[in-house]
Amino acid sequence: MLAFFISSAQTMNAEPAMADTFRSEGKIFVVIAVLSIIFICIISYLVYLDIKLKKLEKK
Amino acid sequence: MIKWWKILGALLILYTIVWGLQNSVPRLDILNETIRNVYYHVPIWFAMLFQMGVSVWFAIKQLSKNDLKSDILSDQAAQVGLFFSIPGLLTGCMWAKFTWGTWWTFEDPKLNGVAIAVLIYLAYFILRSSIIDELKRARISAVYNIFAFVMMNVFIMILPRLTDSLHPGNGGNAKFAQYDMDSSLRTVFYPAVIGWVLISLWILDIKHRMALLKHKQNED
Repeated sequence: MLAFFISSAQTMNAEPAMADTFRSEGKIFVVIAVLSIIFICIISYLVYLDIKLKKLEKK
Repeated sequence: MIKWWKILGALLILYTIVWGLQNSVPRLDILNETIRNVYYHVPIWFAMLFQMGVSVWFAIKQLSKNDLKSDILSDQAAQVGLFFSIPGLLTGCMWAKFTWGTWWTFEDPKLNGVAIAVLIYLAYFILRSSIIDELKRARISAVYNIFAFVMMNVFIMILPRLTDSLHPGNGGNAKFAQYDMDSSLRTVFYPAVIGWVLISLWILDIKHRMALLKHKQNED
């Protein structure tokens, strides 16, 4: 009887699935690092283009 | 050497990548963790709309002052805007597949509107390339640009609100509260919008300077 109540209480409180453990111990920081590296590379390329263009404009 | 607002834009987006993947978000069924796409998919479209705004602004300037430099900028801004619609569409398809269950649905007025808006702007570039005389091209494409901007706003901003849409914040009035955004979403979403608008301006800056150089070369 008690077990039934506990299990029904659990189903009632069923929350939408979220990646909780994925974030707490699932090495999500590796993904964040990878995305950051990609983004920094793209931005560096924009900086490179910007500087190169400046040189062309001075000519 | 690099302007401060360009660095600011890059830092804001970096912040949305680092913090946007680990902050706590509202727990919603079906959406689950994909709610985080709000930080990346939506600002891309904001950048697109912003660029089209820049484009129409300089189209009007070209009509009132009749100078070719505004026409060049107007053209480049429309190109950057159209470019941003590509990742916007692709990320939208991806998100739709895993939440609405389909890559594309013609039931949603926002998707139809966006498809039409992209076609309208494609026609803008075809129109430009079909006129050889520079001044004539500048004037005609500026007039078409104003038409395109108005039509885009009708199809993306107005019509989806008149009917039901799968997109939040549509089908009803335009109050931002309808986006169901809580404060934790806003702390990443707003910087993301500003960041992507600044990055799109940076790309426009580079493209514009390149086009000016080319224009100067042709004159010599």
